[in-house]
Amino acid sequence: MKVSGLAIKFGNDVDTDVILPGKYLVLISPIDLAKHAMEGLDPSFPEKAKRGVVVVAGRNFGCGSSREQAPLALKYAGVKCMVAESFARIFFRNAINIGLPVIECRGISAAVEAGDEVAVDFDSGEIRNMSKGRTLRGVKLPPFIQEILADGGLIENLQRRLKKK
Amino acid sequence: MDITEKILAKASGKTHVRPGDIVDANVDMVMVHDLTGPLAVEAFKRIGIPRVWDNKKIVIILDHQVPAESVKAAELHKMLRAFAKEQGIRFYDVGRGGICHQVMPEKGHALPGTVMVGADSHTCTYGALGAFATGIGSTEAAAVFATGKIWLKVPETLKINVTGKFKKFTTPKDLILSIIGRVGADGATYKAVEFAGSAIREMSVSGRMTLCNMSVEMGAKNGIVEPDEAAEKFLEGRASKPYECFKSDADAKYEKTIEFDVTDLEPTVACPSSVDNVKPASELSNVTVEQAFIGSCTNGRIEDLRLAAQILKGRTVKDGVRALVIPASQEVYKQAVKEGLLEVFTDAGAIVCGSACGPCLGGHIGLLAPGETCVSTSNRNFIGRMGSTQASVYLASPATVAASAVTGKITDPNELEA
Repeated sequence: MKVSGLAIKFGNDVDTDVILPGKYLVLISPIDLAKHAMEGLDPSFPEKAKRGVVVVAGRNFGCGSSREQAPLALKYAGVKCMVAESFARIFFRNAINIGLPVIECRGISAAVEAGDEVAVDFDSGEIRNMSKGRTLRGVKLPPFIQEILADGGLIENLQRRLKKK
Repeated sequence: MDITEKILAKASGKTHVRPGDIVDANVDMVMVHDLTGPLAVEAFKRIGIPRVWDNKKIVIILDHQVPAESVKAAELHKMLRAFAKEQGIRFYDVGRGGICHQVMPEKGHALPGTVMVGADSHTCTYGALGAFATGIGSTEAAAVFATGKIWLKVPETLKINVTGKFKKFTTPKDLILSIIGRVGADGATYKAVEFAGSAIREMSVSGRMTLCNMSVEMGAKNGIVEPDEAAEKFLEGRASKPYECFKSDADAKYEKTIEFDVTDLEPTVACPSSVDNVKPASELSNVTVEQAFIGSCTNGRIEDLRLAAQILKGRTVKDGVRALVIPASQEVYKQAVKEGLLEVFTDAGAIVCGSACGPCLGGHIGLLAPGETCVSTSNRNFIGRMGSTQASVYLASPATVAASAVTGKITDPNELEA
């Protein structure tokens, strides 16, 4: 799977409370959630992301609450994939489970500026900054996780596996 | 193997596992609550199978927006109630339970040696009883509802060896804040954190729950304490079925061992807006507070309320401060009534609210206006966590929060006049 887009950047320890504040957790529709994506840090994020972007972040992205509404809000706001120095583990699993591709890559923060065009090859783990002509290698996802992403998420993956049986 | 590895090996039918192994583990218990359950139920319905894998291994608890604070919340509660009834799932309705992480151990659903997952990040609390317990998202919970299994990467283990004796007003909360301050907010990411040592052996199950609860605030997959007599005593009359206690082998390999001596530990506070930004309470006496919150899955247990009451007895909450006390469960609430603690709080000018998560996550009661500050016994001080993005949250022990409610400033409880 290959995904590309213009980069929006965030720093370290971006928590799920700023990604999607607790007061919106009663919203169920992903479209409604997306209107509040990143509201705690940048209320104009949904406007910036709507044409499709790659989020590039520092360490420990998505720390805190297990709320799956956080990656859902990002995905439906227009985030096509995410590259971070590291992800908090529940956020990482949630993103994969809802079909939002994520990859870890040391050094990505320094290698990408906001607005750069970034292309991620999830099969090889290669991340290219097209604007700067640089290539970095991320932590390749194990095949079974790539399958979940290729299916579009865990539920779709499960549907397919149950059908096979 | 250490205790975490032993539990994961057993759950995946293996004799031995190593850090980095990916195992397909059988889940003994899965929990969802009112803010994560609705998405889980929707996802489960999309899978297309009519019945859950085992309705005796699922628990649904209403605790976040409780009692329903809006029509939307009421609708979500109604949906979960109906799903639980249809599937025959154990359901803790408003007034029947309390905060999920208090109810699970209290009602005997959290057992040593088991694999427990919950659609809430503080599910790691149950490690206090020697369970492998970790937080997951709603979709993953739905997959567990359907299959009873989950893939897990066997974590490296960070061992935290704690020795020494706590001083009068220094508590497990001060210890865990100080640990997180040293390890960092992502210092244990993906890892198991095993708490051991003489100070842990002497600690109550309630204190161990506070430690394991906040393991996730340093990124950990799970926090865990070897079950001992204290754990078994806690489980007497509660455990829903027989259980097996695992202990770490003497030659278990740890990624790292960190030593902590609590002898000189001072009341500790996490300042805005990350949990690893810790300072001694005594250095924060210039911080004025508008709200003091005693409660949450971290510090809403009877021991916590007793400690707060010890400080508030015969004193008054400072004018201009709202003090909120929220017992973590109906059981804690009832015990606090019996012991006269609620009278102490009421006399002091605090408001006692019904057992629920309260202001901790900023979804319901006790929210903050821009520019306001709350000193809280809860677990997160992120921007906007408790309401306005321009409000501040300081995390502390029940003793420090109670002392701060009296003075209107962040106060080391030792500095309150007798």
